Amino acid sequence: MHKRRDILFHLYMVLFLLYLLLPLVIMGGAAFNDNKLPSVYPWKGWTDRWFIDLWNDERMWIAFRNTILVALAVAALAVPIGTAAAILINSISGKVRASLYGLMVAPILAPGAVIGISTLLFWNKFGKAVGSDFILFNPGLHLSVLGQVSYIAAFVMLLVLARLQSFDEGLEEAALDLGATHAQTMRRILLPHLYPAIFAGAAIAFFQSIENFNVTLFTRGTSDTLTVYVFSKVRSGITPTINALAVILILVTLVGTLTYEIVQRRRRAREAALEKASD
Amino acid sequence: MQDLLRRYGTLLTAVFVILTAFWLLALVVLPNFTMLESSFRPYLPVTEIGGPKDVYSFGNYLKFFANSTDTSFLGMTFQMPIHMKIFFLTVWYSAIVTLVTFLITYPLAYYLAKVVNPRTLPSLLLLILIPLWVSEALRAFAWYIILTLNGPLNAVLVGIGILDKPVRWQQGVVTPYDAIMIGLVYTYLFFMLFPIYNAIQSLDTNQIEAAEDLGSPWWRTHLRVILPHAKPGIASGCVMVFMLSAGSLLVPVQLGSPRSLWFTQTIQQWMLEAQDWNTGAAYSLLFLLLCIVFVFAVMRIFKVNLSDIAK
Repeated sequence: MHKRRDILFHLYMVLFLLYLLLPLVIMGGAAFNDNKLPSVYPWKGWTDRWFIDLWNDERMWIAFRNTILVALAVAALAVPIGTAAAILINSISGKVRASLYGLMVAPILAPGAVIGISTLLFWNKFGKAVGSDFILFNPGLHLSVLGQVSYIAAFVMLLVLARLQSFDEGLEEAALDLGATHAQTMRRILLPHLYPAIFAGAAIAFFQSIENFNVTLFTRGTSDTLTVYVFSKVRSGITPTINALAVILILVTLVGTLTYEIVQRRRRAREAALEKASD
Repeated sequence: MQDLLRRYGTLLTAVFVILTAFWLLALVVLPNFTMLESSFRPYLPVTEIGGPKDVYSFGNYLKFFANSTDTSFLGMTFQMPIHMKIFFLTVWYSAIVTLVTFLITYPLAYYLAKVVNPRTLPSLLLLILIPLWVSEALRAFAWYIILTLNGPLNAVLVGIGILDKPVRWQQGVVTPYDAIMIGLVYTYLFFMLFPIYNAIQSLDTNQIEAAEDLGSPWWRTHLRVILPHAKPGIASGCVMVFMLSAGSLLVPVQLGSPRSLWFTQTIQQWMLEAQDWNTGAAYSLLFLLLCIVFVFAVMRIFKVNLSDIAK
């Protein structure tokens, strides 16, 4: 009886994979079609000119550079903030902890548009209140960074907090008793334990920032990031250069995840071999 | 707090507190407070800001109730303000999207957690995750290509004789929001799949086998054993998918038509096209209110708390 059920399940899985991957294949295929509109149908012949167009598109390169800079800035801010917040909340308990925790995770659930608009209004009003026209207070990508940090720091906080649960506080006591300074205790005992979570947090912050659209759209002023670039291209007459960009991005992520997976599997295999040897 | 001072000293503790305070005050609390304050201010030319006309009013919120149009819903016809109508349509279609993603992903989550051979699981997960790594903008764009009038979907459907002539999917077939819903389901499916998968995975397989050995039919095993255990995951998935769908701007802009406006598009029009930031703030606040109500409703219905949802 289970056999028939399993066949149905496998079939469903295959259909689901087709549903997931076929749209990407179609989008990628359109990048090679010699047709002014991005489509795989009708097929007008093989071409690489959309890739050349993309390479020559200066606006795309600026958007690309902006995206990377914003993502780096977001990671640089969100990681220390998230880590500090996790350490702080881990050391308190009771009602204060619960409400502080609620306040910290709320931005994850808040809609991106609301985060973007509130960030824009706050810094703008702040500038007007102090009577300054300093660049910080006007719309621009720096506000996108601040807006993105407000919810991305929460991801880092959750990761570090989870890691802190497995931390043996006795180690810190021992270090302090043996005469280590506070800074040494932090650097030599606590941080090494947290590194896996901190690195994972940095990676998540970087990729979340690249993905972000809603916050950026309302705070960016006139600057572009890649998602905004794609968005404005789709609105104002599309050419298959977007598809060329998609193909490149898909390939980059595929190579990245495959390398990661292979490295992980090798490591696991090595560990398994070591365990066997020690038996 | 005392503990923190003893462990890390005054300086490091101060750094922790300052960083956290900067985050929660400058990036979360004060911006939202500013938005609340702005939403009660009128839209004025720059020279009149701070002048005698710059007084608090509910004017921005009243725009939400202006311009009534005919609305029909489930066969009933009545008058409703246009922006309110868009608001409710956004809620309604986001709820449908949430339901559809749940129906699609639940069997799959169960399959991945309990049925599939554990050795093929990593490769399978890798394949499923590929679209997630592709940016949201491009995931919606992929469906734009598929659904266009001269696109592959129409070509295939006409080719095998299901349709007589190509259909304008973006104008909608059943409802004006068809294409948007298709795009939203595809884009946010993962946020339903993985919480449910995690929840089912933590269920002891022995419990399922025990139910089967005692003669429970498959549907009752799901209803009484697996679904209750997966409840926190389902709650988390529903919140994520609903919020992301209602808050999406990319998908409705790329896949919608003028007949199918999304509430985020209304906000965007106030903010970026009309440059009326105060009304934009009022509308954002209404939207935020909706989200808060939704999260609390889900927490109530599923009897879970915030830390279960925010995993």
